[in-house]
Amino acid sequence: MEGHFNEPWLDASAPHGEVVLSCRARLARNIAGFPFVNHATAAQRKELLRVARQVLLGGGLSSGMIWVDLGRATEHDRRLLVERHLISKNLADSDIDRAVAISGDESLSVMVNEEDHLRIQILAAGLQLESIHERLNEIDDHVEGKVDYAFSRRWGYLTACPTNVGTGIRFSVMMHLPALKITNEIDRVRRAAKDLHLAVRGYYGEGSESAGDFYQISNQVTLGRSEEELLGELKDKILPRIIEYEQQARRVLVERNETLLDDRTQRALGILRSARLLGAEEAMKLLSRVRLAIALGRLPEIDPRVVNQLFLQVQPAHLQFQAERPLSAEQLRVTRATIVRKAFA
Amino acid sequence: MKCDRCNKPAVVHEVTVKDGVKTEMHLCEEHASAKGIALPDETPINQLLTQFVICKENRPARSRRIRCQTCGTAFASFRRSGLLGCSDCYGAFEEHLGPMIERAQNGGTSHAGKCPRRGGATIDQQLHIQRLFKELEDAVASEEYEKAAQLRDRLRDLNPDPTESAPPPAAG
Repeated sequence: MEGHFNEPWLDASAPHGEVVLSCRARLARNIAGFPFVNHATAAQRKELLRVARQVLLGGGLSSGMIWVDLGRATEHDRRLLVERHLISKNLADSDIDRAVAISGDESLSVMVNEEDHLRIQILAAGLQLESIHERLNEIDDHVEGKVDYAFSRRWGYLTACPTNVGTGIRFSVMMHLPALKITNEIDRVRRAAKDLHLAVRGYYGEGSESAGDFYQISNQVTLGRSEEELLGELKDKILPRIIEYEQQARRVLVERNETLLDDRTQRALGILRSARLLGAEEAMKLLSRVRLAIALGRLPEIDPRVVNQLFLQVQPAHLQFQAERPLSAEQLRVTRATIVRKAFA
Repeated sequence: MKCDRCNKPAVVHEVTVKDGVKTEMHLCEEHASAKGIALPDETPINQLLTQFVICKENRPARSRRIRCQTCGTAFASFRRSGLLGCSDCYGAFEEHLGPMIERAQNGGTSHAGKCPRRGGATIDQQLHIQRLFKELEDAVASEEYEKAAQLRDRLRDLNPDPTESAPPPAAG
């Protein structure tokens, strides 16, 4: 892996950065003439890798593209990529020939031989769905100029799972909703999202808990509506309401429970600045409180970008990367506490 | 509704139809997770879809026999995994897949988005022409003849064959 990281998608000054950590758009695409990944032979999957590599690294896509052969990568490197949201857990854990192409700034990643032949993703800080969709579309056009996609006039882009068929597009937005969590209103958001056919997941996707009060909201419908309609619905109708709901809950917290809020913040900071052993879940919980206080202008001395980065840096593979060696569970907690202490010193 | 095993409220409700016999199960969070059932929010969509198919399936003998001629995937295997084997499976399983997709896609029955240019260039153009025809009809209906004339010209440009050009707008 590279010796340093680039995280433009953790920029705290991005649009709606106080509530929206990052946004993502991804396309599921399959190459015509090949069975889907689950039904392809080993030779076909190898050929898919060869074709994908040629297209993705052949230039014209993004600067500094790198290719990671996940079959050869170490378990640690695969975890690191999962933690950085560049590959899915499924791809990391799979035992077939698979790879990922990543742009130099990590804003573009293309998984090869995941559930579909190609899963093209763009990641950006804050709420910038329109611009990431535009870029994703350009990349899709570029790839499509080199290979024929599996497409049918009735069903659109054909995918291994019919829940992705049609546009094959999934927009998702990572929202930080601590005030709605504190005021117990988060379940209302979950219910409303469900009624609107949106999925609500945690920081690490399907099945992950809402660690650090992060909720990833994404469209589930991919067929019968255009990309623009799906985007418009999220961007203009749904997300502004959730953002306003969270902001309103934050205002209520300040108005009615100012002392309690400051107490929670300072206790969190106290632990983060002095703990010698820190679990991942506890760190995420405390960092969430600090992030909320920063957004409310109550901790002007702390750089919000540092906190955004810490959510990532406290994850196990990141800690091992930092330490440059494998760490035991105990050593992970020690290293985590050390990193956090230094960040808030 | 209460949990079948204790007095806590049930959060997981499972209805299984097997050989025409319906059985119901209602469990609280604790007992559901003890039984290895993920809570609704955490259930992957393809699993929901598969469960839905299992519940809805009342013609097992007939659908189980269907296979995709191209890749050999059996419909029964799709029901288990939620994954199709190749592009042609969509056609092979269309009868059973159509209603399922419509349900999973909140009523979406056909593609309304981007089309590939390569190989699909003609498709894209056909859809574009269809849209222009629709706009032309609307323009005529609302007596916007200037706009209708412009649309007619655009359609002529797209389709140089005079025998297939757009009909001129109604006189008026």
